[in-house]
Amino acid sequence: MKALFPTLFRGLVPVCRKEFLHIVRDPGTLVFALALPILQLFLFGFAVDTNIRQVATVVLDQSQTQESRRLLESFAGSDVFALRSYVTSPDAMYEAIRSGKARVGIRIPYDYARRLQDGTGATVLVLVDGSDSTVAAQAISTSTGVALQQSLLRVLPDGTMPVEVRPSVLYNPATRSANFFVPGLVAILLQVMTILLIALSLVRERERGTLEQLEMTPVAPLGLMVGKMIPYGVLAFGELCAILAVMRVVFLVPVHGNVLLLLALSLPFLLTVLGLGLMISTKAKTQAEAFQLSMGTILPSVFLSGYIFLIENMPLPFQWISHLIPATYYIRILRGIVLRGAGMADLWREAVILTVMGCAAILLAARMFVKSRQ
Amino acid sequence: MTAIIEADHLTIRFGQVTAVNDVSLTVEKGEIFGFLGPNGSGKTTLIKALCGLLAPSEGTGRILGMDIRKDAAEIRRHVGYMSQKFGLYEDLTVAENIAFYAGVYGLDAKRAAERTHEVQKLTGIAPYMKRRAGQLSGGWKQRLALACSIIHSPEVVFLDEPTAGIDPVARRALWDLLFQLSGQGVTFFVTTHYMDEAERCGRVGYIYLSKLIAIGTVAELQRLPEANPAGTTRVEIETANAAAMLDRVRGMEGVREATIFGRSIHALAETDRLGELRAELPQARIEAIEPSLEDVFVTLTYQIMEAAR
Repeated sequence: MKALFPTLFRGLVPVCRKEFLHIVRDPGTLVFALALPILQLFLFGFAVDTNIRQVATVVLDQSQTQESRRLLESFAGSDVFALRSYVTSPDAMYEAIRSGKARVGIRIPYDYARRLQDGTGATVLVLVDGSDSTVAAQAISTSTGVALQQSLLRVLPDGTMPVEVRPSVLYNPATRSANFFVPGLVAILLQVMTILLIALSLVRERERGTLEQLEMTPVAPLGLMVGKMIPYGVLAFGELCAILAVMRVVFLVPVHGNVLLLLALSLPFLLTVLGLGLMISTKAKTQAEAFQLSMGTILPSVFLSGYIFLIENMPLPFQWISHLIPATYYIRILRGIVLRGAGMADLWREAVILTVMGCAAILLAARMFVKSRQ
Repeated sequence: MTAIIEADHLTIRFGQVTAVNDVSLTVEKGEIFGFLGPNGSGKTTLIKALCGLLAPSEGTGRILGMDIRKDAAEIRRHVGYMSQKFGLYEDLTVAENIAFYAGVYGLDAKRAAERTHEVQKLTGIAPYMKRRAGQLSGGWKQRLALACSIIHSPEVVFLDEPTAGIDPVARRALWDLLFQLSGQGVTFFVTTHYMDEAERCGRVGYIYLSKLIAIGTVAELQRLPEANPAGTTRVEIETANAAAMLDRVRGMEGVREATIFGRSIHALAETDRLGELRAELPQARIEAIEPSLEDVFVTLTYQIMEAAR
């Protein structure tokens, strides 16, 4: 039993030392690898804003009365609509939407004020450009709300609502989308960088013929794998700290939970993606191929991990797939700790799953490595 | 004599393809065994199998008495390997490369220091220890590769085309090193395309289409009946403008093979038609000769190609 451990991991220390030397000898690649994720964080972090505000709106007010103006005021007051232009014909309104100058059109008919007085039910037409579903949904719900409010105000003479909903958003009170998206982005960026670096490192050895030489030495597959993982794990961990710092300082995302717990629970995720990178490197013959395969892991991690779309809303098969994606669990950990101040008691399941995944990935990579030379 | 490398009816298949077909050979302690054959004939595959990296489909093999199927890990501790790609890390220094392989072979610090000193002395690489491996010339890279592959003082060293693309002086220097080490009892298994290198080897094997078709000392191979078919004589034809005469000689009845050797033509001719050859080329000096190693391999290859047809 005592001899088993050194045998399984034979060659780990020299491989690890050598790998650190490679990293130090190539500062260009190092800087590039570390700077790129941070650059992307800036890019995506500032670009992604899902809060819908100030949607360009065109108005056709055929009523031109005090009532119609009051209605338009309450539309403008919602902050969702920006009443940009006023037209005089329905055709002009359609044209403004078709050309993209406006996304919403509000048409108040001639008889608006009269029917309001008669109590025969006034209609207001709200045209919504459906080509962006998020904007459309927001526009519809807000305009419905405006109409409802206007109606109630007419029915209730003293102006007090019988029921008033006062939503209070926990954990992200301003509903800033940066708070929601940036922690997820941390997972994606960390994953891409780590997978790519370690996959390229092993494939480079294959391309240059040093792997052929290494295979003839007593180095154990696990010694080689883990020996390579340690230096790149250290590198990725440093990158994680830098990304978190940018998240906090530049995007002003407050961390509600324990940062040390966050760092500790990042280790199983790093283990998993390092293992994934090694698996890729056993399949890829060239660095270009390794690059493509690494990039191939991005799409599922972005779309099926809950980073953008709610997992609960996906069709069942996709939900199953999402459970196989490491980023799913890491994003839960990140959002849990950063946004909700979650602790180990809430996140131990994710930590256990990632640890199991990580160990499985490494063993699988070692197995695939042994098979690949047959 | 002790057998260091033994292959016993080794066959290695990759799916439908047979890369090594029923190869048996023995290499004795301290011997330099030359292994020749065209590219893709199975040389590297056989080496990998003998080092325990590939499981043979049939047959057995032993290195230093250890079974290549069961003791692969142990075999690799006692075997050195150097490929034509050298397996050096070009961004690391000479010293770092040597230290890495010392570590990989599990040498402790004291032993590593001793051995580093010894391989430095042997290869003369000491002045370059701080230089990046990528900045060395081809000859020095090769010496460094050798230093790395023998850092653990292996009893057997496999060299896979070690002199491909190296200038003649560096080649000579490498062979001097090999002889020095073989004098100390190290056994070498060397693949090469160079006939002059093959002729330096104690014994030579020739593999063609995955089959070992000849094995023995150079003298034994030269006397092989297959290389000297009955009723034929190998002759050297010394004539003015040999290159221009080659096609004519090849076209003659009774000439089985002909090729240029320097300023003369080597031909394998039917003995009873030698008279016609002399009559055709009155100015030429025609003498019977022993086949060169290349002659032997070419003749054997032609015979197999014809048999396959």
